[in-house]
Amino acid sequence: MIYADNAATTRMSETAIQTMTSLMNENWGNPSSLYVHGQKAKEALEKAREEIASVIGANAREILFTSGGSEADNQIILSAAGLGEKNGKKHIISSAFEHHAVLHTLKKLEREGFEITLLDVHENGIVDPSQVEDAIRDDTCLVTIMYANNEIGTIQPIRKIGEICRRKHVLFHTDAVQAIGHIPVDVAADNIDLLSASAHKFHGPKGVGFLYAKKGIRLQSLIEGGAQERGLRAGTENVPGIAAMAAALKEAQEGMETAAAHQKKMRDKLIEGLKQIPHCALNGDAARRLPGNVNFCFEGIEGESLLLLLDDKGICASSGSACTSGSLDPSHVLLAIGRVHDVAHGSLRLSIGETITEEEADYIIRSVREVVEYLRGFSPIWRDLMSGKKEFIL
Amino acid sequence: MALYSEKVMDHFRNPRNVGVIEDANGIGEVGNAKCGDIMKMYLKIEDDIVQDVKFETFGCGSAIASSSMATELIKGKPLSEVRKLTNQAVAEALDGLPGYKMHCSVLAEEAIQSALEDYESRQGKPAEGAGT
Repeated sequence: MIYADNAATTRMSETAIQTMTSLMNENWGNPSSLYVHGQKAKEALEKAREEIASVIGANAREILFTSGGSEADNQIILSAAGLGEKNGKKHIISSAFEHHAVLHTLKKLEREGFEITLLDVHENGIVDPSQVEDAIRDDTCLVTIMYANNEIGTIQPIRKIGEICRRKHVLFHTDAVQAIGHIPVDVAADNIDLLSASAHKFHGPKGVGFLYAKKGIRLQSLIEGGAQERGLRAGTENVPGIAAMAAALKEAQEGMETAAAHQKKMRDKLIEGLKQIPHCALNGDAARRLPGNVNFCFEGIEGESLLLLLDDKGICASSGSACTSGSLDPSHVLLAIGRVHDVAHGSLRLSIGETITEEEADYIIRSVREVVEYLRGFSPIWRDLMSGKKEFIL
Repeated sequence: MALYSEKVMDHFRNPRNVGVIEDANGIGEVGNAKCGDIMKMYLKIEDDIVQDVKFETFGCGSAIASSSMATELIKGKPLSEVRKLTNQAVAEALDGLPGYKMHCSVLAEEAIQSALEDYESRQGKPAEGAGT
């Protein structure tokens, strides 16, 4: 099996698994208990907090553990909105291609009377910092722009956007779920006030994540109950998961340079190879993208059939077609960068891991080419395109 | 647990009656690229019997499998039977489709009825009972 869907989830690293099982076996106490067995678990929890903080340039007290990226996004956005409302500020700026954890939370706020501005992300899938500057108003309480897009991998100019927000005294949140552990993220250098991350995107376990909230920003709790996480997130902490997340992040950070260099090489090889297929297009900026992300649209075919046939060839990938999303519309990300429905249905996302080999990349290119040609062979759209009855879009 | 039944996967992997009939006397195309599914059916009808049928489909796995199964269900059949083909029959023959994929079987039924209407209008007959 060639696993090329690391943006969906990653395999847990050996270190993360070992950390997790050793805590489950030996250090399984409740961190809120006062006896030594409990305090040992507390120690593991706080050690994880410090390790994570040091990786992203934060202080341990600024890190809060959550169940994952979605919870972190929800808690941060709702908290920032609550703070804004207190000061009569009910305007939030975001982008059109955020993750649904952000977009749906903003929709909810819109129904509650907030005004939401979603910035255009252009054909290359990148927000221009000047758009943020122009959109900020006196009543803007939050700017939330993702660090890197989950589908097309484009990396946003976070540092510059953060700088603008600092200057204008507006809180700045970034959903860094796809970036953390893959490219350098430093909350201080990047002028980030609030950040969300998820462990299973960097070889940690599922169901655990963290948020960063700069000192002085008061968060609201989504879950009421005990006083865990300084009263900001009730419920007994997932100590094994949290410790495994910290171990995975540390490992990812240490190996980042080497991994990214290799992934970039393989990514560009895949892009070059797939580009040779007629009537296709790369989605998102070719250079300013995550080291492991490749995303194409192929005209005349539909993404789900492409995925099923690639699965038969042992390749795990994903698509933004309507059929894979369970809705009638294709991916909002592809629509946001201006792909029309007809071609957005024929998209393929390959998110390669650190261990992909040249041979595997060659096999992927060969397989995609074969499957695309095969599906085009009995596609009525392709027939119309080839006969000139319809005009090619790509 | 796979997304689709074995039957669906079989018809998806090895679709029956794929292609074009150059001298078809009934052609129907339904769906649109915007929604992500297009089915085109070619019928060769002689003596009120479907002598040959072929299809082309742009769509997901269940759309391709539904087209393939629908062609199998009508090949060699008299028009009186073809008119009665329902999407339920297509879905059942495939050992079921996930709920949100049932529209693929509807599309297959519509493609065949549309090809039949085309045939009947070419014959100068009213498209009686078609598409109901």
